[in-house]
Amino acid sequence: MKVSLFVTCLVDGFWPDVGESAVKVLRRAGCEVSFDPRQTCCGQPAYNTGYTDEARRVAAVMIDVFAEDPAEAIVVPSGSCAAMIHHAPRLFEEGDPRRAKAESVAARTHEFSSFLVDTLQVVDLDAKFSGRAVWHDACHGLRELGVKDQPRALLRKVDGLELVEAKGEPTCCGFGGTFSVKQPEVSVAMLDTRMAVLEETAPDVIVSSDVSCLMQIDGRVTKEAKPGAPRIMHLAEVLASR
Amino acid sequence: MLDPAQSPEFRARALTALANKNQSAAVARATSTISDRRDLALEEVPEWQEWRERARLIKAHVLENLDTYLEQFESNAKRRGVTVHWARNAQEAIDLIFDIGKRAGSGAIVKAKSMATEEIGLNHALEAKGWEPLETDLGERILQLDGQMPSHIVAPALHLSRDDVADIFVRELGVDRTNDPSELTAIARRVLRTSFAKAALGISGANFGVAETGSILVLENEGNIRLSTSLPKIHISLMGIEKLVPRFEDLALYLRLLPRSGTGQRLTVYQSMITGVDPSQEGPEEMHIVLLDNGRSGLLAQPDDRQTLQCIRCGACQNVCPVYRAVGGHAYGAVYGGPIGAILTPHLSDGPQAAELPYASSLCAACRDVCPVKIDIPKSLLRLRAKAVKDGHRGRLEKVGFRAWARTMERQGRYERAMRSGRMFQGVVLSDGAAGKVARSPMTPLKAWMTERAPRRLAKKSFRELWKEGLIDG
Repeated sequence: MKVSLFVTCLVDGFWPDVGESAVKVLRRAGCEVSFDPRQTCCGQPAYNTGYTDEARRVAAVMIDVFAEDPAEAIVVPSGSCAAMIHHAPRLFEEGDPRRAKAESVAARTHEFSSFLVDTLQVVDLDAKFSGRAVWHDACHGLRELGVKDQPRALLRKVDGLELVEAKGEPTCCGFGGTFSVKQPEVSVAMLDTRMAVLEETAPDVIVSSDVSCLMQIDGRVTKEAKPGAPRIMHLAEVLASR
Repeated sequence: MLDPAQSPEFRARALTALANKNQSAAVARATSTISDRRDLALEEVPEWQEWRERARLIKAHVLENLDTYLEQFESNAKRRGVTVHWARNAQEAIDLIFDIGKRAGSGAIVKAKSMATEEIGLNHALEAKGWEPLETDLGERILQLDGQMPSHIVAPALHLSRDDVADIFVRELGVDRTNDPSELTAIARRVLRTSFAKAALGISGANFGVAETGSILVLENEGNIRLSTSLPKIHISLMGIEKLVPRFEDLALYLRLLPRSGTGQRLTVYQSMITGVDPSQEGPEEMHIVLLDNGRSGLLAQPDDRQTLQCIRCGACQNVCPVYRAVGGHAYGAVYGGPIGAILTPHLSDGPQAAELPYASSLCAACRDVCPVKIDIPKSLLRLRAKAVKDGHRGRLEKVGFRAWARTMERQGRYERAMRSGRMFQGVVLSDGAAGKVARSPMTPLKAWMTERAPRRLAKKSFRELWKEGLIDG
């Protein structure tokens, strides 16, 4: 299948390894992967802060780039960015040709784990990773896109990996886009609550598929520099390991 | 609606709340206990999703036809001997209640727990006229003794531990110290019973009003509402105009939905259905219903956000909200806190303090998934944020920042240049040198990030550079 990667601005700049791993895994799953360098950001930071005009300007560029893309699927290694593309049609009035374009782009856009499991129906990617892993459910993936069982199914097939479950209903890591810098104290308090629950499972690695959450969790773990702290990894990185 | 005694900034109020470890622990404990109970109560109802959808549909239908149902409600209540009053705002409601109350003569004023009376600041207004309304709900009574606002829609004193309650009782009632919940309840009951016996005026809210009968339904666990609405000579019920359901039989759904969602109970201990007055029977001689608008009709006129008025005040969104769990209800600085408060308050109060509340959320959407009437709270939060931007309530730095961000992101060249400069300057910016200190002066988002979290550095090569150079292999 021909797949176009929407790598997201955070992965592009801060976590290129995640993008590289995503490409490896997609190729291993039999996809032909392309990358259009005209892409930048989905517009989510502005959209979620109430800057609709700015979000529309940026989203419009992404829609134009991907509307022309001949790939059958657009794959995003981040749930909240994939969800934003699904919300994007709303930024354009009924009757605006961009709205229809945005809808067709949204219909082809998939979060990474759900693309593998739901679209390609692949769970075994022949990955090897030794250690105990706990999955952190990212809110937008979970509640906007229904990403819940797919990453778990993928992780269960990783040779040497023991998947453990955190207690109770998943809660937010506290990132929330500009929320993380407008309300840093509450944001970190939410993170610490979530981390306590995740760390109760004594994981070697915390895995998620939203780079925003990874940034938040990684930032705290690095700052605290506690000995024996778990590693923070994107699902693609775990699946690329062998 | 808003608490003038607190800082106008959410962040400052949240900081105060976070510093109060005792309170944080109480809020975390109580919200997770209630949520767990709720989960158990919902496990028994396989048709929960159908209940939610029906509950939403009925409420949405009422809101679409509110004028008709309000007239129906008024005429049916009147027919059964109730006097119905209309209050456009808080002041009108207070004046009406004061005028009615005057006729009750001397005697105690007993109050049932009611968020609508909190919304209009009734107690303070009556106290200013020399009256002494007595809260008869245990949680509300504790808060009244200590001069606090409720911090939760259903469990108003949820932020207090039993030791806090013990302290308040010793200080305000002069009793011997005990932190045993049943002894504390017994102390409160002794005082309340005496007042009930002398009560001349009872003031309550209403959970539901029934258009076809003119009845009101009040739900509770302590029995104080039943006493407050049946013993005094005059009973006044203050009810938001959105509280109606069309038919008596619609209550069968909400009677089960609200307690399960709110407290994880199958039913509340008491359900009082009050349909008019009958002078030949025991009970109040007069019953008055004050229908409160106070911003609701303005919200009703907004088709996208009208859903906010579907709320049945169960508090489930507060219990599940990670922000609420971290800071408690008082940090919202408004009568209605938590997710529902963040989307309701800006419609009931003007100004920057109310406009900031929709930002007190990480948009995690846990609230939307628990709401028993399926209010899409995150969507309303987003619309209110867009409105705050349009109304000029956001800071200059943020506005300029997003303009620059959009300019950068809409062109590949600018985006790539920005990333290269970021990489070039990040060493200096994140250093301990003078430039680093300026970059991390209190106003910048970077400083806010870095206080408790390490900054992530831009990679030596971006993904697009690796791709372009052919370094991404299969």
